[in-house]
Amino acid sequence: MLALRFSLPQAVARPTRMVERNTMVYRHSFMVIFSGFFEPLFYLFSMGFGVGALVGSVALTDGRSVPYAVFVAPALLASSAMNGAIYETSNNFFYKLKYAKLYDAVISTPMSLGDVARGEILWALLRGSLYVVGFLAVIAVLGLGGLGLISSPLGILAFPAAMVVGFGFAGAGMAATTFVRKWQDFDFLQLAIMPMFLFSGTFYPITAYPPALQVFVECTPLYRGVHLIRALTTGTPDVWIAADVIYLIAMGLIGLWIVGKRLHRLLLA
Amino acid sequence: MVIGPPGPPGTACAGPFSGNTVPAAHRRYHRGVSETISPVDSAIHARGLTKRFGAFTAVDGVDFDVAPGEAFGFLGPNGAGKTSTMRMIGTVSPVTAGTLTVFGLDPAHNGPRIRSRVGVVPQADTLDNELSVLENLLIYGRYFGLSWAESRRRAVELLDFVQLTERSGDQVEPLSGGMKRRLVIARALINDPEMLLLDEPTTGLDPQARHLLWDRLYRLKQRGVTLCLTTHYMDEAEQLCDRLVVMDKAKIVAEGSPRQLIEQYVTREVLELRFNRDEGDDGAADDTSQLDGQLDGLAERFEQLPDRLLVYTADGDATAAAAFERGLRPASVLVRRSTLEDVFLRLTGRSLIE
Amino acid sequence: MAAGRAPVVARRGPGGMMSSPSLRQFEHDMLVFRRRWHSYLLSGISQPVLYLLSMGIGLGFYVNKNGGLPGGVPYLEYVAPALLVTQAMMAAAFESAWPIMGKIVWDKTYQAALNTPIGATNLLVGDLMWIAFRAVLLSVLFFAVIVAFGAVSSPLALLAIPVAVITAMSFAAPIVAFTATQKSDQPFNMLFRFGITPLFLFSGTFFPIENLPLFIQPLAWVTPLYHGVALARSLSLGRIDPLVDLIHVAVLAGFVIVGIVAARITFRRRLEV
Repeated sequence: MLALRFSLPQAVARPTRMVERNTMVYRHSFMVIFSGFFEPLFYLFSMGFGVGALVGSVALTDGRSVPYAVFVAPALLASSAMNGAIYETSNNFFYKLKYAKLYDAVISTPMSLGDVARGEILWALLRGSLYVVGFLAVIAVLGLGGLGLISSPLGILAFPAAMVVGFGFAGAGMAATTFVRKWQDFDFLQLAIMPMFLFSGTFYPITAYPPALQVFVECTPLYRGVHLIRALTTGTPDVWIAADVIYLIAMGLIGLWIVGKRLHRLLLA
Repeated sequence: MVIGPPGPPGTACAGPFSGNTVPAAHRRYHRGVSETISPVDSAIHARGLTKRFGAFTAVDGVDFDVAPGEAFGFLGPNGAGKTSTMRMIGTVSPVTAGTLTVFGLDPAHNGPRIRSRVGVVPQADTLDNELSVLENLLIYGRYFGLSWAESRRRAVELLDFVQLTERSGDQVEPLSGGMKRRLVIARALINDPEMLLLDEPTTGLDPQARHLLWDRLYRLKQRGVTLCLTTHYMDEAEQLCDRLVVMDKAKIVAEGSPRQLIEQYVTREVLELRFNRDEGDDGAADDTSQLDGQLDGLAERFEQLPDRLLVYTADGDATAAAAFERGLRPASVLVRRSTLEDVFLRLTGRSLIE
Repeated sequence: MAAGRAPVVARRGPGGMMSSPSLRQFEHDMLVFRRRWHSYLLSGISQPVLYLLSMGIGLGFYVNKNGGLPGGVPYLEYVAPALLVTQAMMAAAFESAWPIMGKIVWDKTYQAALNTPIGATNLLVGDLMWIAFRAVLLSVLFFAVIVAFGAVSSPLALLAIPVAVITAMSFAAPIVAFTATQKSDQPFNMLFRFGITPLFLFSGTFFPIENLPLFIQPLAWVTPLYHGVALARSLSLGRIDPLVDLIHVAVLAGFVIVGIVAARITFRRRLEV
């Protein structure tokens, strides 16, 4: 169909306009973006080396023992991808949706709600990718210094893996935000994010938990992200990494689908 | 999916990338007689158009047509259904029932195509507060698919048109209400639209800002841009609209040019009589109700307001003299020409101020 | 607005800093608090529980297995008083930034209050009292959770509560002073990213600062959080060193006093024009 042939490039081009808009905004406050790069690094130095000196070495799933920093670095990367995606799709998205009424103006143009949602997710991923690249670069440099935080060539896949983690949480976070009515409601989102950050095998292996709790934690999304990236950087892939990828992408897609439904209700009344 | 044959030449393929939309060349004036306009020729065509929110009916089966190049107004009190109608035309609110076509296209299936040819000035300023004045226009052009260069060219031109050139680098937040409105209008023009939808464009502006805005809208109309606006200001409707409909309680209650409506619904002149109230008398109705009978036969219709009595008559001076002869001694007397306001009050009752 | 109940006859800013107009601003904050107490309570309890479980017990298991800390202190007992102090500090830092900015710039609550006999100093004192009150509340809750975890070994541990509050105020006062000089909230992102977060991570909360590279250690000595954490820990573990602890107290008190003096100046400059 002719109409379809015409709409295909548009379907790709239109979401990028949201990215252009956000880039325009942050051109004025470059430091806000740039500074986000340091947070995971601070955690890496504090946890990886400060606490690492206390913990010593940790056993991986294949039985190998590695320095604590090697264990914790991929988890911090996954957490950082989650936090970045959530921050952009919660507070920032909420502000644009409810306070700035940005999208009310955007949908008076040929842009559709789907373009808006896909564009904002794309933006969250692009912003997150800056941090991921930065973090991986620092790890690589430390590796050259003999610290070897990435112990497998598979580590190169940590970048796309972190993007998958970001996509999963961006979709879910944006979906959650469409149900938020006031700023205080984000306390509840934090109540989901913080435990995940603390208990998803981020700072220590979940073998410390009783078996039932282990199974529960294995079903949470950040655990899947940590598992995926850690498997790649430490070179301990198992079949479960396929589940990780499917889980996270499905979460992002379902989130996007909910966002579409909700935005329709919120903006096209 | 196009409903009916394609629109007039020059507009049919005016997609986001075409860069020209040739709004003026083919325009015609169709005054009043809506039946003569076919859906294909009309900018907007509505039959039995209905919008419901749950049990609440915001727009209840309205019929109207807007011809290309026409300035068309929806006049009515708050809550009459004007904004809901505008949102349906702007394709950001689904039609509940009835027929609506914009440029002969169905909003349900051709939203993006319609929006690419329309400029929208919403009731609340939805400017992007995180961007500067110029950037607001630049990115809006991008939303329409313009190239950066083209978007910039038009933005600079439009800032000049709305007299905001010297503010182009400023943030949006500190601009005055009038400046923001002008910027919104410039933004609505970035895609060189064939039609402008304006929802209460001058509400909340001071007189200078209103007149500047009217002047710009008048120029656009002269260039052939179709104007479709809502207002509850009678003077605005009289200034800007070739033709208008009066809406009340979700329905259209009258249609015509401002002059036609005045002729049809009110007399040529209005005599306003003001009476002093007795101290301690709190019921305004009481002092005018004492007049009952005294004015019988003086004029064809009376309207009693809290503070004054309106007498609708062909000759205000003669009626005033007759009232004096009957011994009435009002505190003040004013004879004026009838305005749309009188039409409006007659049609929608006393619900003007909300 | 609660400020409306000020006595009509009183002139602006009568009496000292602790005069009744200051209390009125505090009352205003309390009214807001009464509408949101359940949310504060929720985070006030969930945060310590989650952190102690994850860091104290989970991570602690691996630390202790590896030989633990010098002196044989269980990791949970080591980290608990530090978390108590850092949580109070983080909450106070947050309260001193965005909400105060809101009252000055966005909601203009202060402007409304200044039309009554309340003066700028009263607003400052009232809001600092409010921030201190929240710090007390958070610290008491946190301490209760620590006790429930059995992570105290000395009755002196109770004193960790006032230490947490003073540490919180040693951040709150200077930050409030800074907030009153700012037009937008953008610098706060920097403040938290390059100030508060690194302090949280490197002030001896999770590991002894002796594990830091030598050249960084002096940096920790000049930050109030390090002194708050060290003091609370020495009390909680019952390992008092009078001279060192006195230095900790002096540093914290110094930050509070200098902060309040600075805030008084910036508040009056910003609001009494």
